[in-house]
Amino acid sequence: MKTRVLLVDDEEQFVQALSERLALRDYDITTSLSGDDALKKIKRYNYDVVILDVAMPGIDGIYALREIKKMKPLTEVIMLTGQGTVETAIEGMKLGAFDFLMKPCNTEDLDTKIKKAQARKAEHEERIRAAKVSDIISSPRSVLKDD
Amino acid sequence: MDDKLETIGETGLQFFGKMTASISHEIKNVLAIINENAGLLEDFTRMADGGVAIEPERLKALAQAVMKQISRADTIVKNMNRFAHSTDESLKTVDLNDTLELVVVLSNRFASMRSVTLEPKLQQSPVKIKTSLFFLMNLIWLCLDFAIDAAGDGKIVELATQKTDTETQICFRRLGGLAQAPLDTFPTEREQSLLGLLKAEVIVSPENNEIVLKLAGDIEGINKYNSFPFT
Repeated sequence: MKTRVLLVDDEEQFVQALSERLALRDYDITTSLSGDDALKKIKRYNYDVVILDVAMPGIDGIYALREIKKMKPLTEVIMLTGQGTVETAIEGMKLGAFDFLMKPCNTEDLDTKIKKAQARKAEHEERIRAAKVSDIISSPRSVLKDD
Repeated sequence: MDDKLETIGETGLQFFGKMTASISHEIKNVLAIINENAGLLEDFTRMADGGVAIEPERLKALAQAVMKQISRADTIVKNMNRFAHSTDESLKTVDLNDTLELVVVLSNRFASMRSVTLEPKLQQSPVKIKTSLFFLMNLIWLCLDFAIDAAGDGKIVELATQKTDTETQICFRRLGGLAQAPLDTFPTEREQSLLGLLKAEVIVSPENNEIVLKLAGDIEGINKYNSFPFT
């Protein structure tokens, strides 16, 4: 299955070009031009990795990151920053972002980070699945419990 | 250096830093778009090497996208250059329409981040005043920064230049949220120092949803800070 990536940035031309490049690298790409739209999509669909611009009009990247982590804690987020300094990106990392990249970014670096982020998400999901299986084996009646 | 001069100097430096940081952010966004379009060209070249035909129209569209961004960057850099040259002379005769237009262009990103649109309504004829251009821009920005927060639900700030026989002023209008704004925080010592330097006056009028910045037509020789800090 292709890795599902949501690319969020208010610069439409940037989103168009980068999404096309990532699609050529075999990712399943969805795009959003605002934090608000991104949160609606994340609520509705499951993405493996979100590439999130830090500075956007309205809902900014840091606020969006907090909401994403509340809604879908396993979804990995890579922050993109056009600022000259890394302070906001570091703040994002403290709030649970997987990694960050400075604009303009090297697509091969981004490709590598997406793959690593997807691998971490898959590993977390596998651990959760294994824990549930172990729970069922040790206590078969646990399947009757609500999640 | 007295306290007022120190405040003016510090405020001016903060203003210069804020604006140049914002401009650099805009330039980075442009570079990021050019970078992705160049990368896409590289991807297409690789695909062509592998025998995949690339439509000329697709290449043409990419070239046009890059040219559009170059034109955008050129405008950003021109405005940055105008802003940098605002410090050239301590006193200068300027057209207030041009000055306000430049402050609006520099501030658009800050307004947009707060989901506010700036709408300049400039007087048809030039509005000439003799002033300290950089500090005037600083003062307009501080008023605008407060006005953006006071925009209210309309999310629009209208900026108008006005000149009569007796007065020259800039009006910040459609501030639907002004009645709820913390009016005890404006003008602060920063704005007061600049108002003093420029012989200006600010009137906050919640009943009219507007802030009016009244400016002196010529500040030469009317206070001792005229040449600060350019001598």
